[in-house]
Amino acid sequence: MKPITVEVLGTGCKKCQQLEANAREAIAALNLEAEIFHITDPIEIAKRGVMSTPALTVNGKVVGKGKVMTSEEIQPLLQM
Amino acid sequence: MFDPFYPFDWLATQIVTRLLGLSVESHLGASLHFFLYDVPKVLTLLIVISFVVGTFQSFLQPENVRQWLEGKRTLGGNILAAMVGIVTPFCSCSAVPLFIGFLEAGIPLGVTFSYLISAPMVNEVAVVLLWGLFGLKVTLLYIGFGVGLAILAGYIIGWLKLEKWVESFVWQFQKAHQDNAQEDNLNANHVTWKQRFQQGWFQSSEIVRSVWLYVVVGIAIGAGIHGYVPTTLVTQLAGSSNPFAVPVAVVLGVPLYANIAGVMPITEALVNKGMPMGTVLAFTMAVTALSLPEMVILRKVLRPQLLAVFISLMTFGIISIGYLFNALLV
Repeated sequence: MKPITVEVLGTGCKKCQQLEANAREAIAALNLEAEIFHITDPIEIAKRGVMSTPALTVNGKVVGKGKVMTSEEIQPLLQM
Repeated sequence: MFDPFYPFDWLATQIVTRLLGLSVESHLGASLHFFLYDVPKVLTLLIVISFVVGTFQSFLQPENVRQWLEGKRTLGGNILAAMVGIVTPFCSCSAVPLFIGFLEAGIPLGVTFSYLISAPMVNEVAVVLLWGLFGLKVTLLYIGFGVGLAILAGYIIGWLKLEKWVESFVWQFQKAHQDNAQEDNLNANHVTWKQRFQQGWFQSSEIVRSVWLYVVVGIAIGAGIHGYVPTTLVTQLAGSSNPFAVPVAVVLGVPLYANIAGVMPITEALVNKGMPMGTVLAFTMAVTALSLPEMVILRKVLRPQLLAVFISLMTFGIISIGYLFNALLV
């Protein structure tokens, strides 16, 4: 299976780091192969159509924004 | 009048008088009472209000705000934007994505600014501190004047037609947006109450964890001033007779962004000693609305000229509010 690309969008606040940790946890729980990027440049964030951080993209698609999703919430989004 | 903080006052008085056997009139007793009253009061308010705001935040995503403001013209749009800014939480870290997001949807520059001024100025930490330390009336005045300034400054920026001083790449987003409009509204509708409360709790614990130490240290310093610094010294330096107190307070406020929780209790002690309220309001506005990190972030999308206009308008407005207040409330 092709590795999936996950991006955490956030300017480095605590919430964003929490989201990244949760995303890693979700990936580990599902035993997936994934690359995680943490995007901190606000202009790159805006390019993805996101106005509230932290946000999460999976394979380039924004799946959640403006909140810290839990590992359980992220897992189904990784399997789409 | 009903005082919701009476239990805190009572408890602090009991501890100082009964347990420690000190008079609240003595230097040490006054300082201790100030500390024991303010710390629980401010922390309680902070927990409760940030929980409520965090919970309801899920109803007020920027996407909703953008929808409300889309198609609004000047003045009406400025007023609405500034009002919406009261209730929406704001983090300077999302100022740039928000700015681009608003402009790409065709919201006028001036209206965007009205929101960008009011949202950080009327934030939960500032409101909690003002309410807890200076009472409801001062808090409402702060909100009222803050919103007024946001409307006016945004309106002027719109009227001056300063779109040319927004970095040009921002306008390319606007074109791209028109090509693939819609696809918003993801995860907006299926948020459960449990998730909202979780979000509120997360928000609340996050805020308290990051500011509690500032609050305690700030109140400790304020308590020291309250008990030991003579009133005449404060009136001389920061009283209404010193015409430079307001601008100096504004200048001091700019770099203090993160420490508002620590600085406000100090100003409380100074107000008790005769520093006028307008100076405090101007100071608080400078801390929240002219924050250095936000200016640095906004530079990414604003040319220096527009940033300079924005900063000058805000500085002038805040100083005027300070003087106006001091003149009215003497």
